[in-house]
Amino acid sequence: MINLESHLPVLQVVVPMLLAPLVVLLRPRGTAWAASTAISLMAFVIACYLVAGVLSGEEYRYALGAWPAPYGIALRVDAFSALLLMLVTGASSIALLAAKTSIDQGIESHRQPLFFSAWLLVLAGLAGILVAADAFNIFVFMEISSLASYVLVAGGTDRRALPAVFKYLIMGTIGATFYLIGVGLIYMMTGTLNLADMELRIHQVADQRPILVAAGFITVGLALKAAVFPLHVWLPNAYTYAPHAVSVFLAACATKVSIYVLLRFDFVVFQQNLSGHDLQFTAFLMPLAVLAILVGSAVAIFETNIKRLLAYSSVAQIGYILLGASLVSLSGLTASLLHMFNHALAKGALFLAVMGLATRLARLDLAHLAGAARQMPWTMSALVIAGLSLIGVPGTAGFISKWYLVTAALQEGALGIGLVAVIVAGSLMAVVYIWRIVEAAWFEQPLEENIELREAPPLMLGVIWLTALANVYFGLITDLPRTLATDAAQSLLGHLP
Amino acid sequence: MQFLGMYHYWVFVMLLMIGFYAVVAKVNLVKKLIGLSIFQSAVFLLYITMSKVSGATAPIFQKGVTDALFSNPLPQVLILTAIVVGISTTALGLGIVVRIKEEYGTIEEQDIQEIDRR
Repeated sequence: MINLESHLPVLQVVVPMLLAPLVVLLRPRGTAWAASTAISLMAFVIACYLVAGVLSGEEYRYALGAWPAPYGIALRVDAFSALLLMLVTGASSIALLAAKTSIDQGIESHRQPLFFSAWLLVLAGLAGILVAADAFNIFVFMEISSLASYVLVAGGTDRRALPAVFKYLIMGTIGATFYLIGVGLIYMMTGTLNLADMELRIHQVADQRPILVAAGFITVGLALKAAVFPLHVWLPNAYTYAPHAVSVFLAACATKVSIYVLLRFDFVVFQQNLSGHDLQFTAFLMPLAVLAILVGSAVAIFETNIKRLLAYSSVAQIGYILLGASLVSLSGLTASLLHMFNHALAKGALFLAVMGLATRLARLDLAHLAGAARQMPWTMSALVIAGLSLIGVPGTAGFISKWYLVTAALQEGALGIGLVAVIVAGSLMAVVYIWRIVEAAWFEQPLEENIELREAPPLMLGVIWLTALANVYFGLITDLPRTLATDAAQSLLGHLP
Repeated sequence: MQFLGMYHYWVFVMLLMIGFYAVVAKVNLVKKLIGLSIFQSAVFLLYITMSKVSGATAPIFQKGVTDALFSNPLPQVLILTAIVVGISTTALGLGIVVRIKEEYGTIEEQDIQEIDRR
């Protein structure tokens, strides 16, 4: 009998990856959906086991094929990766569970097995990034997840998805290639690809300039992948025209995994080894974060398509996550990691509710939403709860991370007060754009075509409410994400001198 | 001549910039993809040249030879993987271009934007 527990880190990747090709064979209607939902839930259970293990103080290390670390492929799961593993697998499971009707509407049944197979590959790729302990495997898994997610985004019926996904492919590949150049430069100077070994060997390098160049390439490349303002231009169209279920999955976690790599690389490899790197890190990312919050929110206010509106709001939320990280302090990082979790909850629930609307409405413009809430009160109320969480109203998950962020900013003195002003301004703008949805749906005269609307399908509605209530639950009982985020922030900062 | 001794880095940088220029400046989607391929190939070259040890042979064990000097095989293996990634990206990109041609009837970027605006 093998001890399964010790193999959990690799199972997290292997289960979806090996079962993905099998899903292609499931031709009978609905079986591919059922199988991939089950596989995704299995991955979620594995992630929960890992989280439980990490919470009890364990750090998983795994040598693939029992080859020891310098020669074999090493995997590692700590609090930071466990937090995001739970997020990724959870978002995938929830999106799949709710998506049956939406995918039946949007994708012909003979193409569905391929679609679900690509979905599982995205899941495997994202999970792979999170468990990998060396820089090159992160690159390979990043490309697996990206290539599969291009397929997902282009999988729908809307032809405007095609130019959007082309742009996404070009920018994503440039980002990944930049990352590869950076890794190559570090390998030249240190002779290792393992992140932990890099950390040890980098200070023995006499000439630091290649490392500095590598830091630049890696930061910019990952910022492209993470849609950091002004490198976000691929994101709004890709999220808008993707099939609705894909928007739920990608909006909740895809960019956050890139931010994970960015933070891990920066804090583990660069921060203590390059003189003044923490200042460069702050000076580079903080202005971008502030601009992302202000510009992203402002553009969201003027968007009329709900999905585009939420996509621009995502650009702003990535700004909050980076703002916390760019403070390079324990409370700032904790806030940043917490916001990754809470934003995934809020944005996941919002896109789920939009998916519910999309199964009934012809178009997702605010004008076509008029009066929809009278016929679909349950779907719309869930959307409002998730919207409140996105704004950061007390009692919802969004409030917790914004509170942590404000507390962290206030420790920075005069600069902090300016940052708090930005956070507050961003939240107020969030009130405006969420209000525009609420106003259209609840207070305007119903359109002719909206009188006959019905609620979203029962299973979908159930999942929408599950995530909406999760927003409230994690706003009141914050132990789980807070403990993980604090542990993760401590271990990241533990690498600093 | 240190400048010429580092010529492979210059080739890397030039190829990288040629590819990048094509990606940014060309409006034809296929030309953009060609640019992307050149861009990626430049990075392959960076890895391959860094593994070269002067005077060394290919890293293959031979019977009876114990003092051979080998080039570093690891970057070559890495690039084998990266080439596969590059091919998949180009293939997928071309697939998308075919679909764009089917749907829009053109593969020029500004024409597509024009059609979408209507």
